[in-house]
Amino acid sequence: MTQYYDPSDLANFGQIGDHAPELAAKFFDYYGAVFAEGELTAREKALIALAVAHAVQCPYCIEAYAQACLEKGSNPAEMTEAVHVACAIRGGASLVHGMQMRRQVAKLSL
Amino acid sequence: MEPFAQTLARHDLTLTREPTDTLQVNVGFLCNQVCKHCHLGAGPGRSEVMDAATVDQVVAYVARAGFTTVDITGGAPEMNPHLVRLIHGVTPRAPRVMLRANLTALGQDQHQPLRELLAERRVVVVASLPATTAFQADAQRGQGVFEQSLATLERLNRLGYGHPGSGLELDLVVNPAGAFLPPPQAAAEKKFRADLKREWGLVFNQLFTFANVPLGRFRRWLEKTGNYQAYRDKLVNGFNPCAVEGLMCRRQVSVAWDGILYDCDFNLAAGLPLQGRAIHVSHMAAAPEPGSPIAVADHCYTCTAGDGFT
Repeated sequence: MTQYYDPSDLANFGQIGDHAPELAAKFFDYYGAVFAEGELTAREKALIALAVAHAVQCPYCIEAYAQACLEKGSNPAEMTEAVHVACAIRGGASLVHGMQMRRQVAKLSL
Repeated sequence: MEPFAQTLARHDLTLTREPTDTLQVNVGFLCNQVCKHCHLGAGPGRSEVMDAATVDQVVAYVARAGFTTVDITGGAPEMNPHLVRLIHGVTPRAPRVMLRANLTALGQDQHQPLRELLAERRVVVVASLPATTAFQADAQRGQGVFEQSLATLERLNRLGYGHPGSGLELDLVVNPAGAFLPPPQAAAEKKFRADLKREWGLVFNQLFTFANVPLGRFRRWLEKTGNYQAYRDKLVNGFNPCAVEGLMCRRQVSVAWDGILYDCDFNLAAGLPLQGRAIHVSHMAAAPEPGSPIAVADHCYTCTAGDGFT
């Protein structure tokens, strides 16, 4: 292995079922159901997925959902706003832990 | 990649004609824009323009064959000096006449009489608008095109186009601004209708989404940017056998600027004439026979990907 991420992994993702086909089938069925039109539109779900992809920093998901968002009719401005939502939550999650820091500092301080 | 003809055969499908009720007329490759997705490579430098004699032969063919729809395209049809002659010729003969407009040419002040003629003759305007943002629209069609397109839509709306019940139909065509497939038509129509009404107070009747065909200038862009193979694979992998029955080429024939006939505008771009030989419109006694074969090539995967191109 010369690299941890290979772009062809995404196209071959189905092979993950080779040694556990029933689990893979359950997962992919569930996955398909999640992204179907529901109370949220498929376009809205793709934007959420794009944001989550950035939060979990998955290059496969970023590639897949950048394309999916365009193909669902989202524009780059909407997609960028979605990434900022991920950024804000990640940043906010770090910052709000500052409250733990403050409590610890208060406990230790005179 | 499996050739398109082989894919059809593998699914026990044949691509043959239904009764042909539509004549698409490509009046030339001359255009005021240089769109990156153009399968014809149309632009200001192109000299292929339908002349008056061919226009008259096309009009005579419409009468002979009894087409119910005439679909005028280009290039920018407005730049053909004989467009008015064509419209005068076909509107009394075909119940439905459509003009595919890029909006920037149609919106020019000099074309005010043309816009009024279109309204008077109840010509359907089918306008290209790839996005509701300048970023994507201008990336595909050229700097400033989005603003000009909105201005033309506003002029058309003022004439009555796009308003329900006016009898003046204004439809939008959305081609993706890049190497990706178009959004589902119904969802795109809903979003465009909301965006255009909210932001600019504009209205239209219907919206159609079409995939970009990897021919001409778009093919060269795909190759130059390293997108060709992935885009082609996406089209091939998206082959939908159910889309074949509704393909537009089954009910339509295209005539090029020089009078030569093709099964569709994409075969025109690819140089694949009707029935494999250069048949001039003046030599056609009638519409192509039902059951006659349609020329196919690998670009046909564009029209069978997903929901298809109808």
